[in-house]
Amino acid sequence: MPLSNEQVKHLSRLARLSLPDSRLDITRNCLNSIFELIAQMQAVDTTGISPMSHPQESATRLREDVVTETDRSVAFQAVAPQTEAGLYLVPKVIE
Amino acid sequence: MSRADWETVIGLEIHAQLNTQAKIFSNASTAFGAPPNAQASAVDIALPGVLPVLNRGAVERAIRLGLALGSNIAPKSVFARKNYFYPDLPKGYQISQFELPVVQGGILTIRVGEGEEAYEKPIRLTRAHLEEDAGKSLHEDFHGMSGIDLNRAGTPLLEIVSEPDMRSSAEAVAYARALHALVCWIDICDGNMQEGSFRCDANVSVRKKGDTTLGTRREIKNLNSFRFLQQAIDFETGWQIETLEDGGQIQQSTVLFDPETGTTRMMRTKEDAHDYRYFPDPDLLPLEIGADWIEQIKASMPELPTAMKARFEHSLGLSPQDASALTSSKEVADYFQATVSAAGTAQAKRCANWVMGELAARINKAGLGISAAPISPAQLAGLILRIDDGSLSNTIARKVFEALWNGEGTSADDIIERQGLKQVTDSGAIEAIVNEVIAANPKSVEEFRAGKEKALNALVGQVMKASRGKANPAQVNELMRRKLGS
Amino acid sequence: MISVQICNEPVSVLRRALAKKEISSVELTKLFLSRIEGIGAPLNAFITVDSERALAEARAADGRIAKGEAGALTGIPLAHKDLFCTEGVLTSCGSKMLSNFVSPYDAHVVSLLKKAGAVSLGKTNMDEFAMGSSNETSHYGPVHNPWKPGYVPGGSSGGSAAAVAARLVPIATGTDTGGSVRQPASFCGITGIKPTYGLVSRYGMVAYASSLDQGGAFGASAADCAALLSAMTGFDPRDSTSLDRPTEDYAAAIDAPVPHASRPLAGLTVGIPDEFFSEGLGDEVRAAVESALAQYRALGAATRQISLPNARLAIPAYYVIAMAEASSNLSRFDGVRYGHRTAEYADLSDLYCKSRSEGFGAEVQRRILVGTFVLSHGYYDAYYLQAQKLRRLIADDFKRAFTECDLIAGPTSPVTAWPFGAMGDDPVKMYLADIYTTPVNLAGLPGISHPCGFDSAGLPVGLQLIGNYFSEARLLAAAHHFQQSTDWHLRRPANPA
Repeated sequence: MPLSNEQVKHLSRLARLSLPDSRLDITRNCLNSIFELIAQMQAVDTTGISPMSHPQESATRLREDVVTETDRSVAFQAVAPQTEAGLYLVPKVIE
Repeated sequence: MSRADWETVIGLEIHAQLNTQAKIFSNASTAFGAPPNAQASAVDIALPGVLPVLNRGAVERAIRLGLALGSNIAPKSVFARKNYFYPDLPKGYQISQFELPVVQGGILTIRVGEGEEAYEKPIRLTRAHLEEDAGKSLHEDFHGMSGIDLNRAGTPLLEIVSEPDMRSSAEAVAYARALHALVCWIDICDGNMQEGSFRCDANVSVRKKGDTTLGTRREIKNLNSFRFLQQAIDFETGWQIETLEDGGQIQQSTVLFDPETGTTRMMRTKEDAHDYRYFPDPDLLPLEIGADWIEQIKASMPELPTAMKARFEHSLGLSPQDASALTSSKEVADYFQATVSAAGTAQAKRCANWVMGELAARINKAGLGISAAPISPAQLAGLILRIDDGSLSNTIARKVFEALWNGEGTSADDIIERQGLKQVTDSGAIEAIVNEVIAANPKSVEEFRAGKEKALNALVGQVMKASRGKANPAQVNELMRRKLGS
Repeated sequence: MISVQICNEPVSVLRRALAKKEISSVELTKLFLSRIEGIGAPLNAFITVDSERALAEARAADGRIAKGEAGALTGIPLAHKDLFCTEGVLTSCGSKMLSNFVSPYDAHVVSLLKKAGAVSLGKTNMDEFAMGSSNETSHYGPVHNPWKPGYVPGGSSGGSAAAVAARLVPIATGTDTGGSVRQPASFCGITGIKPTYGLVSRYGMVAYASSLDQGGAFGASAADCAALLSAMTGFDPRDSTSLDRPTEDYAAAIDAPVPHASRPLAGLTVGIPDEFFSEGLGDEVRAAVESALAQYRALGAATRQISLPNARLAIPAYYVIAMAEASSNLSRFDGVRYGHRTAEYADLSDLYCKSRSEGFGAEVQRRILVGTFVLSHGYYDAYYLQAQKLRRLIADDFKRAFTECDLIAGPTSPVTAWPFGAMGDDPVKMYLADIYTTPVNLAGLPGISHPCGFDSAGLPVGLQLIGNYFSEARLLAAAHHFQQSTDWHLRRPANPA
């Protein structure tokens, strides 16, 4: 099931990657070659097989409800591209 | 066609912030009002390499809700990632529950309307699932940019989803109020709607009466007061009916309610809204809840409002309306029960009247919660006992109540004593006053004798006035009739 | 006066020398730092070398040794793959995206090794976000194989493997999502172990594919790997998948006495999967592995044919799962809180798209796109869910196999190191080389690769041993006994780079 250019564009939109038209064909070809590889597995009959989403098939561990974190915002924001008044700045968010 | 030919169908999705100390997947505090990002830990801001670990307290609260609603508590539920980009969502995905939520099914019975019109209706719950809250975008202007505060990111939420069982904004509000009362009652949410602890999304559609299929719905997001919930649904219903009657169609969409204009408007759609690419979060294994854990929590649950209401009706002989009103919140119920236990169950009806009457009016006027009322249940009980033994008329009792409210005495007895408000039941003293009043009002006496019942009230009123309210009105009435030979 | 030869010594010898004060950690650190700057420079194995910090740690280590407070690795230099977060030190993941990211915290593994007293010399080069099998996707340029310049060191932990092989550092950390420790160990002629999933905390390890990622250890020998792995493992409450079990002293375990010194592996059954010796396996690799298996038999092990019938499905299943998880794991890199932000943007969406496209290289973007697709509405069942079902079949194959044998042996990679660019533009060609390593990650099992020969071009060949869950001690002991009777692990590249 080869992907179309439209699908590749849609995927890059979903993934927030900009994909210039000049690179569309080569990207699509690369992806389609990956899908050809993946396609092998679709021939396998997996009726009745339960999916295994994790190598550990046990219950999640729980944490006690206690606060141990302290304010480290200054250190964390030292690596941020743009902050002001303790806030991370982004282009205006319009709902 | 008129509006009466249409039926509104409403389902609610309510996000209740859970009142844990720490966040759902990190050890940062959930307290409201900290400086921006001061409570955003490495996990909350999604630094590269950090991982989530589930807070037991959040799970316990989900179980409490499930028990309160008679839901199935899933022995195994799964956390999934809901993928979308938004600046208040630091990981680029929200950890939520999708296919297997922790709470499944359940019923919440609501009481809609007042007095004779009131009716009860069971509302079915679809599910309630655990998830993390997002941060906040602050839209004040930072050189044309928005500021992101991630303190709220990672606050535990229970998203509680109802079936589309409500048929009016009144039912929707009754449901939201009942659920609000319940989450506060079982102490899993602080219920503070101004701070966003309890937020409603309403799915609204309309259909012609008699239709069995649902109309296309629009989802009204983020209603943070019951009044807005009602206004938004009413506006939306009207808009949908008009649109359809004008031959238009409803597009499934998400809308925002503007309290300024009282109208709803389409949100700028999140382009990926239809494709969240849910998949099981590989950083978290399934949540397993054993029967022993559920039993342990069950043992710690308070008596639930429905059970308490039934008890008030059966053991205390209260009407369904009274029992319902007194169990509308944990605070009211606690106050009432404390009053009854001080006054004795024989006084239950009188306690109910005072709690829902004078006290409710007074705290409403003062803008207080019942737990902050300056009159304690013991003081109110003391007052009620003096009414019961005839020491106080209702009129004087209200004065004593006012004095207690103002802190003029430590108890009803104390105030009665200090202000000389004890009801006069000495028949000799009353008879003297009655005689004086008869002598001074020959016209009223004549009218009464001529058959005008009202004239008696005027005479009794004169006696009450002369006794400065301390006479027992029933006693005066009886004496007056005897004297006038009726 | 210290001999340059000391850089070839195993960790146990270095520890003794430090304990006896024959050498100080500062001297040892300076020696390795000078190798990194000298013969190591053309290899491009390091992204960051922090000499000052390393020397400060070495001085502190010497202080601990003087006070008799030495831990397991006190004073021993090591290097971290550049996806372990290191407080105050650049943690780039080999990506432009994080080329300005000085981590504000230490990964659990980094803290454990600091506590053990190890001296970190710096951060090693890697495929961008661990996505690659050749180290060619690094933003910092490819790493050269110390055995042959212009050849890849394997990946994604290629920098760590090359550094250890060239003796720029005695031991190094790595991570293994689909073979990223074992394959570069094989290509560089050293030993590398990936333990059971959950044994090494993932906290502070920048995620590629969460259900597959596992920290691992590189050393010249199994003994060196054992020393490092013992100090890297340990329960971490911050990782929900970290296993709460007592830590093992693997170094002690591999030295445990055996009944028959000449046949130390007597009683061990090694399964040889048919599927690992079929089509696609290079002749020279096959020959080297088969003679190593003969050596295992000589050491007393019994070998028997086994079958892993679904192993051939590991490549597609692995890539679907890894890319799905990666597409979500890499969403946090949005130019808002850290990392690359584009210089100019029209609005929020433009900021996201440009920052991400500029910050991520081509292979990372491809994997994000594929991962996005396999999770998307309408395709989830056919791709992601189907891959999870195959994962079950593959794990069940191993379960069955371990009822018939104690360990499984085969080649680590069907090929030896290839020249830069040999795989061309088609990513799939390279994916296929992960055929023997990916099934192990899907099942969450431990695996080790140790050198077992060379091809005619002088490039190393690795043998992979796979064990049942928590059989690290057994894996390390088997490799150790092999190394006690062979010298492949003692070979050093003549003139690295």
